[in-house]
Amino acid sequence: MDVLMFGWEFPPYASGGLGTACYGLTKGLSRNNVNVTFVVPRVPENSSPSSHVKLIGADSVKVPIKILEVDSPIVPYITSAQYSERLASISSKSPGGKIYGKNLFAEVARYAEQAKQIARETKFDVIHCHDWMTYRAGINAKKISHKPLVVHVHATEFDRTGGHPDQRVYNIERQGMHAADCIIAVSNFTKGLIVEHYGIPPEKVRVVHNAIDLEDRQDVFVRKNSWEKIVLFLGRITVQKGPDYFLYAAKRVLEQEPDVRFVFAGSGDMESFIIEKAAELGIADRVLFTGFLQGEDIVRAYKMADLFVMPSISEPFGLTPLEAMSHGTPVIISKQSGVSEVLKHALKADFWDIDRMADMMLSVLRHDVLKKELSGNGLAELQKFSWSEAAQKCVSVYNEVLGAQHG
Amino acid sequence: MVSVCFYFQVHQPPRLRQYKVFDIGQNHDYFDHKKNEDILKKIEAKCYLPANRLMLDLINMHSGKFKISYSITGLALEQMEQHAPEVIKSFQQLADTGCVEFLSETYYHSLSFLFSKPEFIEQVRMHGKKIKELFGQKPTVFRNTELIFNNEMAKFVECLGYRGMLAEGADHILGWRSPAFLYKPVSTKKMKVLLKNYKLSDDIAFRFSNPSWEEHPLTVPKYARWINACNGNGHVVNLFMDYETFGEHQWATTGIFRFLKQLPGEILKHPDNDFVTPSEAFERYPHAGEIDVKNTVSWADVERDLSAWLGNSMQRFAAEQLYKLREPVLESGDKKLIEDWRKLTTSDHLYYMCTKWFADGDVHKYFNPYDSPYDGFIAFMNILNDMSARLKTPNNDENSENHIHLRS
Repeated sequence: MDVLMFGWEFPPYASGGLGTACYGLTKGLSRNNVNVTFVVPRVPENSSPSSHVKLIGADSVKVPIKILEVDSPIVPYITSAQYSERLASISSKSPGGKIYGKNLFAEVARYAEQAKQIARETKFDVIHCHDWMTYRAGINAKKISHKPLVVHVHATEFDRTGGHPDQRVYNIERQGMHAADCIIAVSNFTKGLIVEHYGIPPEKVRVVHNAIDLEDRQDVFVRKNSWEKIVLFLGRITVQKGPDYFLYAAKRVLEQEPDVRFVFAGSGDMESFIIEKAAELGIADRVLFTGFLQGEDIVRAYKMADLFVMPSISEPFGLTPLEAMSHGTPVIISKQSGVSEVLKHALKADFWDIDRMADMMLSVLRHDVLKKELSGNGLAELQKFSWSEAAQKCVSVYNEVLGAQHG
Repeated sequence: MVSVCFYFQVHQPPRLRQYKVFDIGQNHDYFDHKKNEDILKKIEAKCYLPANRLMLDLINMHSGKFKISYSITGLALEQMEQHAPEVIKSFQQLADTGCVEFLSETYYHSLSFLFSKPEFIEQVRMHGKKIKELFGQKPTVFRNTELIFNNEMAKFVECLGYRGMLAEGADHILGWRSPAFLYKPVSTKKMKVLLKNYKLSDDIAFRFSNPSWEEHPLTVPKYARWINACNGNGHVVNLFMDYETFGEHQWATTGIFRFLKQLPGEILKHPDNDFVTPSEAFERYPHAGEIDVKNTVSWADVERDLSAWLGNSMQRFAAEQLYKLREPVLESGDKKLIEDWRKLTTSDHLYYMCTKWFADGDVHKYFNPYDSPYDGFIAFMNILNDMSARLKTPNNDENSENHIHLRS
């Protein structure tokens, strides 16, 4: 079977879970004898050549994927305002570079146009799109080819904005979901949002939980001081990820254990707010900011940490806890996450329940036996997550939409 | 001749609330009173009252030929006195028939034997006192929490003056031998044990309503046939199970009460069959051989060992920390503190921390008031910390009472 996939990031040009998920899924699909042509917007011009080498490395593990680049500065999770800034910075860094659209929506439109051409030139049976920026591309490809369209929802505008969706993004999401022959949601949590907010009948949505392949786990040596306790937040510092709840919980912990360090690894539009808030709470000296991390630095952060916390207020899935666990780091996850549906050996709290979260943090930091149990059992539990299995479920969806089309 | 020996376990733990680290030093109330009351009332309606009524009817119907035994924990009795006095009354009616034996165990359904012999002795004494008070019987047969048993315990219990004990008829202690005989542990002088026939017991307790079981549906004649098959091959069929099997684990809609109602009559149809209480079994039958139980057995899970309570490092740590507090708690002389501490010795608190099979979701989950074993550990350890804090600061409760007096 041949699948034409529209994504917007692919490792190493990835800034979030979406690229990781697409990588894992395509690898799983190749094990299920599916040939994937993966389309991404053009990669940043200033990317280092070594990044390209890594990309080819993906081929060397026998992932039969052709990468087609579409010229675009689209990066994941970007808001329209950020896009203008990004555009300005790219333009200044690469004088004489390409001519970009004036805003994110123009880029989405352009990506969709180019998709028509790609659909004409490529051989495929099914179209598979990942999140809203690719939906118009997918719709166009369907119009040209009359092949069935599957849209894969890794996040909705409701997750990203903490319940205050941008109407334009919402419209594109809705359009894509309605145009699709079948929708794949990364969790029941997300399926619920799709049914509730987008007017989609539940029977049109299949749930395929994300996974993790332990053999892909990178490892680096980390020297860790046993006396230093570190609690890690890793992700975009945006309203969706609940960094403020993490900070308030940190304050509660520090009242009892003043030597703990709290690390924010990531960047985002709430960063300055968090920095100022930390100062206001009088804990600025215990809170560190690493900025945006990549590759080995992420691994280092997971391994340095005694505890990883994902306090998201609305998390469709949440791959980072699985990554943290793969390095033996215990995790606290919010109940408002897809991963909490499938993960057992994790501590779970409502994102707003700061005292509960602080209670859990203190317990892990104080009781080595708790840390040890979570770590050991968590690592064992990861064996049950497999991208091959997730991919298999996608293949069932492909067969279903192909059957419906021919039948 | 084969005698059927029924023993039913009745226990309700004092479930803890999700006690947070921030409660330490602020709030000394550890128990989820609402939940404990709700659960007890639910089980009262679904199991205790209808089952007791049926047992009484059966005893009357068979003019004393139907006999049963109970082990009821002190904690269950305490909670019934408070929230379900009708249940106490109905147990008293059963006691008055003379066909019901009450067994001895630790008041708090604890693992105290494994951690503190003096504590074990005290909890057994407390339980005996409660049984005497409520039912006018002095128990002479002992069963330990969750049928936890080993050579050392048998010897110890014999020294306390008991005529017999109950234990799990685990394959690895019996080998080729049958649980249908009485045995003498290698460590005792005379004291014998009754071993649970786990196959026939679990047919009722676990498999009764399981449609994928090949013997489903279990009819009374079929089950009586299995019992009769023991005739000539043994002395006793020991059917040991949780009392909550009737109406709570197996709902009334499964037909469990109908099954129980017809069973004694069907068994008594065979002229060589009868029912005995554990005491009668010990009196009537000699032992058929010795058993050697070096490694502790219990009736829990497929492992039939201690791993449900002490299988992981959290459980062992929590138990050690708990029993470390025993001496200072008793020395404090603070009655409320001592009672709180004893309620924490209930083995259920450790059971909730079991991570075995947790990822698969199973029977442990069904009985667990927490979402995860980790939540159970966190609440328990926070409470132990509060207890330590209470030991360090003199009791303020009296002072606060004084304040109230002053105001009034």
